[in-house]
Amino acid sequence: MNDPGSKSQPTAEGELPRVRQLASLSGLRARSTSPQTVGAPFVDQAKFSLRGVNVHYDGKQAVCNVSMDIAANEVIAMIGPSGCGKSTLLRCLNRMNDTIEDCRVEGRLELDGEDIYGPRLDVVPLRARVGMVFQSPNPFPKSIYQNVAYGPSIHGLARRRSEMDEIVETSLRRAGLWREVKDRLNQAGTSLSGGQQQRLCIARTIAVSPEVILMDEPCSALDPIATANIEDLIAELSDNFTIAIVTHSMQQAARVSSRTAYFHQGNLIEVNDTRKVFTTPDHELTEAYITGRLGQV
Amino acid sequence: MDNMHLDQHISQQYNADLEHLRSALLEMGGLVEDQLSDAIEALQAADRSMAEKVLQAEQTVNMREVTLDAECTDVIARRHPAASDLRLVMIVIKAVRDLERVGDESSKIARMAIELSEHKQPDSEGYIEIRHLSSNVQKMLYAALDAFARFDVRAAIKVMRDDRYIDREYKSAMREMVTQMMEDPRSISRVLHVMWALRSLERVGDHARNIAEHVIYLVRGTDVRHVSLEEIEQHLDEFDQD
Repeated sequence: MNDPGSKSQPTAEGELPRVRQLASLSGLRARSTSPQTVGAPFVDQAKFSLRGVNVHYDGKQAVCNVSMDIAANEVIAMIGPSGCGKSTLLRCLNRMNDTIEDCRVEGRLELDGEDIYGPRLDVVPLRARVGMVFQSPNPFPKSIYQNVAYGPSIHGLARRRSEMDEIVETSLRRAGLWREVKDRLNQAGTSLSGGQQQRLCIARTIAVSPEVILMDEPCSALDPIATANIEDLIAELSDNFTIAIVTHSMQQAARVSSRTAYFHQGNLIEVNDTRKVFTTPDHELTEAYITGRLGQV
Repeated sequence: MDNMHLDQHISQQYNADLEHLRSALLEMGGLVEDQLSDAIEALQAADRSMAEKVLQAEQTVNMREVTLDAECTDVIARRHPAASDLRLVMIVIKAVRDLERVGDESSKIARMAIELSEHKQPDSEGYIEIRHLSSNVQKMLYAALDAFARFDVRAAIKVMRDDRYIDREYKSAMREMVTQMMEDPRSISRVLHVMWALRSLERVGDHARNIAEHVIYLVRGTDVRHVSLEEIEQHLDEFDQD
């Protein structure tokens, strides 16, 4: 009774041993090995529309022929192993790569139908429309108030002090930080904890009323509680903003995003609903990455 | 997009954890198959001691269920499985429940065997129906576990098709039992026991079908519960043509 291999089964042919032939677990992986992007990279109402985007650093290609859309008011996660081009692509979206020498961006990147690499485009208003939050919290060495007020003042968004006060309060409230800092707005931004600093940076970003917020691993320097706060904040902000987040944490991508894009060696492999990517991905490289079968490449 | 060595997780331990879940499920499947075949044998031979052995085996199967569930919970907590790994863990949790239910049905059959052993009429009416249905149900359970071991979607579909046949056979056997009771009212008590045993066998067929549905979900990621067989076959044909 304790040895399931000892008994035989009744079959048409007679007796068969119970020891079963096992298929390899790798037989379960997703089937597509296509060099083209699989899934659903395009949407009907695109906020950002990328077509044939290539990025070279100093002659080396970091992003290869990426075409995809980012929908309005969605949270899209960009995932992939180190060096897959996800951060590079994110930085193209508000032309942060302009400051890097020998960085060449080709292809068409449109924000609401407007070419953001067009000759007449002014990058200052572009960066107000497309804000960015970085990996390490980087508040200015100024007071909490001034950190938030800086952007609106250079963009001339407030004519009176009372207007500025309102912008600062609203931004800090939306970033979930107001209650913690309202009595010490004149203290240095750098005096806050890591998680608070990151929320201050988010408040600073949303103070100029952007349309899109780019987040480059916004929680990698934070503890789980601060991370949970930021993730909740991302969900709330998605009502009003379009958010693209680059993250190394697949669980975070699964938690916060509605769509997920997987990059591998500069190629966009798959874009799909997050639920689909994490349960039944279409491409075997996506499957290999999210199941931990793919090492550093 | 070169050929990647994707067969292995970076973590060998993770690989071993998942392999363990699969082999433990198949091992539990083997125990349950034995339990079922012993119960059927006890019923047909009116063998009380064999029936008692089946009832004792239920404890072992129940323990396996608890252990495997705990191991699945552990993998979820520690590994956060995704994609095919997640589907594997999910279906192991579900299939374990189906197997445990097959064990329960086997015990019910064993209890009927004990009751019927008191009638001392092993070759009387109703036993032909049991022999026929039980042989098909055993093959079906075997095929369902085999489809799981091989990740074989076509074999799983065959199991689902066979379940329709089992259901038809069950209905016709029940009609036969009703006729027998009408013809000979003295047999009612005994025939009722046979009917309960037939009912249990039919339920085992349903659990084998469930396992087959889990196999399709595992391999293709498509949930085929409450979907007609025709729709499933059409969907899989389209999938294969992609």
